[in-house]
Amino acid sequence: MFVKQISVFLENKPGRLSEITRVLSEKNIDISAISIADTTQFGILRMIVNKPKEAVDAIKEAGFPVSTTDVLAVEVADRPGGLNNALQVLRQAGVSVEYLYSFIKRSEDKALILFRVEDPRKAVEALKSAGIKLYGSDEIASL
Amino acid sequence: MYWNKTRECMPREEIEAHQLHKLKETVDRVYHNVESYRHKMQQRGLLPEDIKSLEDLRILPFTTKQDLRDNYPTGLFASPLSEIIRIHASSGTTGKPTVVGYTRRDISNWAELVARCLVMGGGRRDSVVQVSYGYGLFTGGLGFHYGAEKLGAVVIPTSGGNTRRQVMLMKDLKTEILACTPSYALYIAETMNEMGIDRSELSLKTGIFGAEPWTENMRNEIQAKLGIKALDIYGLSEVIGPGVACECGEQEGLHIFEDYFIPEIIDPVTEEPLPPGEKGELVITTIDKEGLPVIRYRTRDITSINYEPCACGRTHARIEKLLGRTDDMLIIRGVNVFPSQIESVLMAAGETEPHYLLIVDRVDNLDSLEVWVEVSEKLFADEVRKLEDVRQKIASDIYTTLGISVNVKLVEPHTIERSEGKAKRVIDKRKM
Repeated sequence: MFVKQISVFLENKPGRLSEITRVLSEKNIDISAISIADTTQFGILRMIVNKPKEAVDAIKEAGFPVSTTDVLAVEVADRPGGLNNALQVLRQAGVSVEYLYSFIKRSEDKALILFRVEDPRKAVEALKSAGIKLYGSDEIASL
Repeated sequence: MYWNKTRECMPREEIEAHQLHKLKETVDRVYHNVESYRHKMQQRGLLPEDIKSLEDLRILPFTTKQDLRDNYPTGLFASPLSEIIRIHASSGTTGKPTVVGYTRRDISNWAELVARCLVMGGGRRDSVVQVSYGYGLFTGGLGFHYGAEKLGAVVIPTSGGNTRRQVMLMKDLKTEILACTPSYALYIAETMNEMGIDRSELSLKTGIFGAEPWTENMRNEIQAKLGIKALDIYGLSEVIGPGVACECGEQEGLHIFEDYFIPEIIDPVTEEPLPPGEKGELVITTIDKEGLPVIRYRTRDITSINYEPCACGRTHARIEKLLGRTDDMLIIRGVNVFPSQIESVLMAAGETEPHYLLIVDRVDNLDSLEVWVEVSEKLFADEVRKLEDVRQKIASDIYTTLGISVNVKLVEPHTIERSEGKAKRVIDKRKM
């Protein structure tokens, strides 16, 4: 029910992000979602890729601190109110969202949003019982 | 003007006779009261009676900061705690500062020394003295406070910080003598500028500045900006605190009070004595201290000594302005910082082999310390909040241990240069 997200520590200096994309492109790894959390000093790059294991090894080898995190891939209708629907469910369940970002690809008239929540189990339960579709790693890969 | 003309202008033969007499007393005192000194002397087959001349000082073993640490907290005290009335401490490794103790007589003698320094700076009974050194475990604040009270001056104990209020009090109460670190003096000058207060509105005549190294250029800048005479004072808590040596109005070296201390200059490597005029490590023996006498204390400060008579009439030898160290100690805003102390904080934070770099700079005349820490797999977390917590935890642990605020910067692994296995730990950008 979870999707593996790769997080990388990047210092705020020129060329760091392109170093990661260089490493991944050399290994022929596809990035399907990407976001950066930035502070005045450093950034955390978060990505969903088609080959997480290989990606982690390659980034590690390039000398960056890297970790993997489970996130939720939530399907929402790509129209006004679509995201709101999912967030209202989480709100009612009392689950707070740490961060979210969206997928680059989409399926038909649906958008895919990646959620990192405080209590993943509770979130999955609430979203499922509200009839909201969650994607697993395999489904993501076949998009 | 002298505070104690008899003592400060003693002829050399009298100084030496006094020193020998007091040295014998001190050696006898530590031999009988302090296990560590007795043990060291016994190892060398020495008895207190073996000290027959001032030259015999050289047969005694050195004392180092490590000896104070090994005997933490009060193992080197030569007086029972019932006689001790004050404790001061300098920063140490995690949780272990260097503790020093004073008897009532020590406090009185210390005040005598600081009073001499204040008089060197033109202090009188009716002078207004503002003490902007930190009050507390640090010897600066209370050391000056008692000295200024002994002189009978009007003491304004502002301690450090709240600079605008300091300037206001300085102006309104007509402060004549300012005691603080030289970098803080410059900061005060800048604050005056911001407040639109001209130096002509103040009554300042003299500044007695110490607790950190400062150059002649910095002296000129302070003198010009504040319109005062800036004197350098030297001291270290292990010996007594501020008032070990101080410049007179001639500003040509710091008179070291030889009726209380015997200075030696040695080659820090061979440990052999060096002749007057040659630069080496300053070694100090206290000869009139009860609570914590030190024999041949290795200050790690580099200077030279000059026995030539001074135009001011004082006969005590002068040491050159102190600028260098024989070890890696940094002085940041008056606080002694060893890189190893930062290292132990990082180790306690969970880093088994921390890679770090200390960047010292002087921004707007205040020292700044930036600590670069490489983010290991173990430190890294996916959330910004957790990484910010790591930064703040390290900064607050350093503050707890050393009492200085630092800026912690998380950097990628292998950012910090390594050479021959030993990483460069410090970049000091201050222009000394």
